[in-house]
Amino acid sequence: MDRGLGLEITELRLGLPGATAVVVEKSEKKRAFSELTDERKAAATAAPRAKSQVVGWPPVCSYRRKNPAAAEYSKNRCVKVSMDGAICLRKIDLSLQEGYSELAVAVKKLFGCDALGEGLKDEEKGEYNKLIYEDKDGDWMLVGDVPWEMFIESCKRLRIMKRSEIKDLGLPKERDFLRGAFQLKD
Amino acid sequence: MNYFPDEVIEHVFDYVTSHQDRNSISLVCKSWYRIERLSRQRVFIGNCYSISPDKVIERFPAIRSLSLKGKPHFADFNLVPYDWGGHVYPWIVAMAKSKVNLEELRLKRMVVSDESLELISSSFANFTSLVLVSCEGFTTNGLKAVAANCSLLRELDLQENEVEDHRSQWLNHFPESSTSLVTLNFSCLKGEINLAALERLVARSPNLKTLRVNRAVTLDSLQKILSWAPQLMDLGVGSFIHDPDSETFYKLKNTIVQCKSIKSLSGFLEVAPYCLPAIYPVCSNLTSLNLSYALGIPASELIKLIRHCKRLQRLWILDCIGDKGLEVVASNCKDLQELRVFPSDPFGAGNTVVTEEGLVAISFGCKKLNSLLYFCHQMTNTALITVANNCPNFVRFRLCILDPTKADPLTQQPLDEGFGAIVQSCKGLKRLSLSGLLTDKVFLYIGMYAEQLEMLSVAFAGNSDKGMIYVLNGCKKLRKLEVRDSPFGDAALLADPGKYETMRSLWMSSCEVTLGACKALARKMPMLNVEIIDDSELTVDEALCGGAPVAVTADGDDKQKVEKMYLYRTLAGPRNDAPEFVCTL
Repeated sequence: MDRGLGLEITELRLGLPGATAVVVEKSEKKRAFSELTDERKAAATAAPRAKSQVVGWPPVCSYRRKNPAAAEYSKNRCVKVSMDGAICLRKIDLSLQEGYSELAVAVKKLFGCDALGEGLKDEEKGEYNKLIYEDKDGDWMLVGDVPWEMFIESCKRLRIMKRSEIKDLGLPKERDFLRGAFQLKD
Repeated sequence: MNYFPDEVIEHVFDYVTSHQDRNSISLVCKSWYRIERLSRQRVFIGNCYSISPDKVIERFPAIRSLSLKGKPHFADFNLVPYDWGGHVYPWIVAMAKSKVNLEELRLKRMVVSDESLELISSSFANFTSLVLVSCEGFTTNGLKAVAANCSLLRELDLQENEVEDHRSQWLNHFPESSTSLVTLNFSCLKGEINLAALERLVARSPNLKTLRVNRAVTLDSLQKILSWAPQLMDLGVGSFIHDPDSETFYKLKNTIVQCKSIKSLSGFLEVAPYCLPAIYPVCSNLTSLNLSYALGIPASELIKLIRHCKRLQRLWILDCIGDKGLEVVASNCKDLQELRVFPSDPFGAGNTVVTEEGLVAISFGCKKLNSLLYFCHQMTNTALITVANNCPNFVRFRLCILDPTKADPLTQQPLDEGFGAIVQSCKGLKRLSLSGLLTDKVFLYIGMYAEQLEMLSVAFAGNSDKGMIYVLNGCKKLRKLEVRDSPFGDAALLADPGKYETMRSLWMSSCEVTLGACKALARKMPMLNVEIIDDSELTVDEALCGGAPVAVTADGDDKQKVEKMYLYRTLAGPRNDAPEFVCTL
């Protein structure tokens, strides 16, 4: 067990972290689990319930604890967003978005309506900015082709491509959901 | 039998394969002992410290297959300090020196260094099989040596080991001439894999029956691998995420349909629910399914999948399947023998949980159930009694209520009666793990009824020494007893010292046992190693003042309680590799 180094908070003791320090003598450490929980329940009214500090319980083997399946899937997914012509990049957390529409709104908010305003002016001609992303293989892909969960898995960074570059790619018109988003007024 | 020449008797012995039976044969008479020991090829040592390697080799010079276990079971739950021991190196050195013709090595909970792996790969020309379960201490460099030098390798099976990734590209080191692989399991490796090398390896291994890959193996690589190995029987999937409308996914679906021999599926270390339908075609043949690492699949998808798996005999799953999901298992999987339900959120109070209801449903539907590991939020006596009546065939029954001293929520009573019913009904029960609020009474029942019990795990249970004494007196076949945080003390420990020579080991931590009692036991029973383990560290202040961790010794106040004690029978005496924090009395 760690002592000192300011790690008292992690030490097995009776009472919540932050409660007056009661360093338990070794011989008294063996308290029934229920006594531990009772102490915590007593203090619970004053503070949020502490997680179990009992070593090795529940008996999930350490390999499983260290390699829970969820670890990577729900981790924070902040990716850089660049816009052609803008000096500064922004960052956006994909795990906080619920889908492509929300993503478009968030991107628009980051760069302001001015950045996309130029595009809007020419939308009758079918020319507006496109949102693309770099995937795990390093390829630049159009946002919106794959299911959302798969997108956030593979997206490494985002880029708003100016309409002047898009012309050469022969891409079809903007998808409906993105089109709707870009038309949103602030 | 005495009229037959030795060769004939030996030939008869060849048909006797179980370790216990061979041990029995060796006790019949001197000549049988001699014939048996000279012909024994497979040796199992349940505790690596119970005997020295030299003695094993001396007795069984023809040994070809060795199985060893190291750390006590509670090491899985971080109760045994790192560095406690369990090193395999001395065994490899001894066998190499004696020119043992080692072919197979199976290790569990041992420390395996890269040097050990390198020594194996260079010492045993006929080495074919390496199985490492819950081991640690090696890196991908050690694997490189095994891949490169064990030219006859058939089995490389790495289960739940802690392996350091040194970017060794170990898979590339299987030579082009290596075509004999039957089993390859590297699912526990964390690093990257050369996918092209893996595909080539699979392509030139026509006998490959078991392949379990790690997270680095993508779905499109999996498709290519499967197209080379339609004969696979056991598949462990790595990453299973892809655009379901893509050509790759379409190809995968077609490739999977060709794999008509797959009986076991596992892995799914990364998975998207919308990809699961790709495996439906193999589900009807599946006898074993392990989705216990596949978080992120909602219960509804799990249920859809289970409906296709009518032949399942073994199912490992997360508790997000919920009680309703277990009801579906109960109605679909009539052949189910083994069920393990793991907690998806061990420390939280999740919304989708399993309770006694799920287990009761299983017991009504799956009459062949004989092995259970069940993590749940609550359990009742009524449920346990129902389960006991429905499923009298349990051999392994391990129940873990996440709050370990929780009473029956319906009656506020301890769960003594429920577990009592289990041991009374399941006459063949060999392994039992208890949890929930439990008094001495449950141990009385265990001592009375659990006649075949070999392993018992106890946590936060009992009221007094009587509990442990009931078990020691009653369970004649007990081999392993492990206890934590229970009020068993000196009277229990010393009630029957001779009992421990009939057992493999006893673990007691956070109990009421004193140093004096441990010393008394050690004095009385010289054939036991009684280890005291004390892993509390120095404070920063002590370290700064030039202190060193005080080695644990037998000089201490006899009345002092012992935090962790591990005793085991042994022919080898106190071990010479014990770290400072371990003292053998």
